[in-house]
Amino acid sequence: MKLKTALLGAACAFAFAPAAMAERGSDGNVKVLYSQAISIMNPYLSAGTKDVEVGSLVLEPLAGFDHEGVMFPRLVTELPSLENGGISADQTSVTWKLKEGLLWSDGSPFTADDVVFTAAYCMDPAGGCAQLAKYEGVKTVEAIDPLTVKVTFTGPKPNPLVAFVGAESPIIQKAQFEKCLGAAAPTCTQENFNPNGTGPFVVTDFKVNDSVELAANPHYRDPAKPIFATFTVKGGGDSASAARAVMETGEFDYAWNTQINPELQAQMAAGNKGKFVSDFGTLVERIEMNMTDPSPDLPEGERSTAKHPHPILSDVNVRKALSMAIDRNLLVAVGYGESGRASCNLVPAPAIYASPNSDCKTQDMDGAKALLDAAGWVVGADGVREKDGKRFKLVYQTSVNPVRQDFQALIKGWWNELGVEVELKTIDPGVFFGGDPGSPDTFQKFYADVEMYANNFPGTDPEPYIVAYTCDKAPRPESQWQGENINRFCDPAFDALAAELIQTKGEAERAALIIRMNEMLTKDTYTIVPLVDRGRLSAHSNTLGGVVLNVWDSEMGNVENWFRIK
Amino acid sequence: MLTFTLRRLMFAIPTLLFISLLIFLLVDLAPGSPMSQIPLTVPPEVRQKIMEAMGANEPVFVRYFLWLKQFFVVEPLVLWDHWWGTDFSAGLQRIVSWQSRSPVMDIVVQRLPQTMTVIGTSYVLGVLIALPIGIYSAYRQYSWFDQIGTFIAMIGFSVPTFFTGLVLILVFAVNLHWFPSIYDTSLRVTDWTSFLQQVKQMVMPVTVLALYNAAQISRYMRSSMLENLGQDYVRTARAKGLTERVVVLKHVVRNSMIPVVTVIALGIPGIFAGAIITEQVFRVNGIGALLIGAIQGSDLPTVQTLTFIFAVLIVLFNLIADILYGILDPRIRYD
Repeated sequence: MKLKTALLGAACAFAFAPAAMAERGSDGNVKVLYSQAISIMNPYLSAGTKDVEVGSLVLEPLAGFDHEGVMFPRLVTELPSLENGGISADQTSVTWKLKEGLLWSDGSPFTADDVVFTAAYCMDPAGGCAQLAKYEGVKTVEAIDPLTVKVTFTGPKPNPLVAFVGAESPIIQKAQFEKCLGAAAPTCTQENFNPNGTGPFVVTDFKVNDSVELAANPHYRDPAKPIFATFTVKGGGDSASAARAVMETGEFDYAWNTQINPELQAQMAAGNKGKFVSDFGTLVERIEMNMTDPSPDLPEGERSTAKHPHPILSDVNVRKALSMAIDRNLLVAVGYGESGRASCNLVPAPAIYASPNSDCKTQDMDGAKALLDAAGWVVGADGVREKDGKRFKLVYQTSVNPVRQDFQALIKGWWNELGVEVELKTIDPGVFFGGDPGSPDTFQKFYADVEMYANNFPGTDPEPYIVAYTCDKAPRPESQWQGENINRFCDPAFDALAAELIQTKGEAERAALIIRMNEMLTKDTYTIVPLVDRGRLSAHSNTLGGVVLNVWDSEMGNVENWFRIK
Repeated sequence: MLTFTLRRLMFAIPTLLFISLLIFLLVDLAPGSPMSQIPLTVPPEVRQKIMEAMGANEPVFVRYFLWLKQFFVVEPLVLWDHWWGTDFSAGLQRIVSWQSRSPVMDIVVQRLPQTMTVIGTSYVLGVLIALPIGIYSAYRQYSWFDQIGTFIAMIGFSVPTFFTGLVLILVFAVNLHWFPSIYDTSLRVTDWTSFLQQVKQMVMPVTVLALYNAAQISRYMRSSMLENLGQDYVRTARAKGLTERVVVLKHVVRNSMIPVVTVIALGIPGIFAGAIITEQVFRVNGIGALLIGAIQGSDLPTVQTLTFIFAVLIVLFNLIADILYGILDPRIRYD
């Protein structure tokens, strides 16, 4: 798929070479539809993907990722590396060299002070910065001269290019946001809605949770870009009607994240007004096994904690059998079509970090039954397996979402066939993902035996994602039920690898560790049972050219190159 | 009448305070957290900091009294400053939305015009359609006109607006391409072409809502007419030799309008509240769409403020309906 997209992109570039040479603002207006409305243009105050992506039309980071996940310089002359001395030999500091002559959209020069200010803005303890994780481990950010910025870390950092990289941590203008530090950040409504930027567009009108009107930035560094003069982002509604507005009525040029079922995709593609584009990032829909006992008979505060191992799922062969009974290809066909593929990995990409593990892809019902028989779970009188008088019964929870409910029904069917009694539970996403420690229904609290959701990691570095499965990251009452190790997986060997990974520098060595850790969680222990590698699916009209879907950074990362096919 | 009005207004104050507390507790106890909108990639420590910065983890009563102060003191001061150019409200914290970090009242002011034009037009249109249908249906009870009117009213009543909306979109936007399926909120009416465009994009949402409103009101009008047509004064009027036109339009309609007017007045807060579902279907950026977006995002300050404004409007229009009743019907006196 990626190759196909790249080829398409290349084909477009050649076929429309004359159009690409057009001047700034020559192609009029382009209309983009987001099924989630835009609340704010400042990604430091909202981590929502929609806000980050639309914000990226205006605000730019020092470096970004292209559609293949390769980092490239945006506002700097070159990427810092060990070879060019940009990254210090001990990996405790990074020096960025800014491009000369860059201007903000208000005409003032872009300098190192703006970069220094951006870090101070996000790292202010009272600001509630949503992207604080990007600045993890940053000790100081200082301006050496107006075009040089030095970032110093508290210790050696194997992957130092995180701050100021990617649409989540763009540079904001010091002159504009100076008054908005710390607790004052949310009071700067005007600034948060109309930030000055270095990106291809500037906001001309912002309607909260409805629409954003933008116009070409007169000071954009490439005098021939952007090719569109104005840019409209409308938000709200649902993904099916968003896809319809592009594919059937042709009212819009581009619709973001049009996640609809394959049947509807085919029906809309028949409208011949546009096409779907998809590509795969790191989002994996998975079943998480609870390694601890969620029984309601246990006292509150001990349920789903390490004190009580799970009575059924603690046996690896049981978990393996549950995974073997699932037909992942059928799940893909039912739920995602083109925009999904079966996955056995927690880290499905980038390629160097992906384990070749694919043994889960074929369903093996007989094998699964044999495993359970061998584990001592024998089929009882009513068809449900039992062991030592205990019935094999699981509570399987997920959030309210049509595809997830289809998956629940299918998987329940397969597990019933195994002789497992399954109770399904669906929870409002606002509660399930809300993380409220007072609610029994959050995915972190995990008062169920298995649960299903999707997660990914931003950018291309899986380190923070995979090291989150150490023992101490398990949600528990003492941590206010916060933590990323949802399964309460706890293996000293894994913790040791995690500690090693944080210290390891070479890419190949890191990749080997990540692959090992991924396999420990998936095919070795079946703690996490990956189901589907979910791609991004968007739609664009046949008259919109230059679209290259980017799943590694802002989806509209190359928006300055978009043009109208005449 | 004046003492009655004043008494009712005085009584409204504790009522509204009680409603505000009730809403606050309900909204607060409702499950869901603004954190659910944040991608899972954001680590728990950062989430905690975001909640702190929003003031979301203060105790309930602290937040309630803060909200009371913001709603009844700060926001009126801001309005005063806006009108008279003073700066009493400088440095005071306004009610701020958790989603957009902007003052909720500014968003309400920005959105009210769309709601008023679209929902208001549909309400007026609904009333204009409903009254003649109701009158004629009652006058010719069980005629074919009455049967068809009843049938359409039943459809308007029972078919939900999200369904009629989607049907209209499929027929008129997807198949016929007559009207746009998405409301363009940044369209400015400057000349005939843009006016025509505005009319075009209003046609479908207005139709959906007008059908719904007309169905309700026409039934009220019809039954009120039927009640009056059998009264003695109608026979007397006919016996006096008055023409049917005068009997129906002067005597019966006037008397039948009394309860209908109050029903219409009671429906007006609904215009401000917007039509949550219809606005969402056609992407009209009105108050209703704002409310549903805020509920989905667990944006408590916005939900709280909007529902309270609706409560104020409902209390107010109840009073207006009562007063209108007294004015229209000389038999009713409150003092």
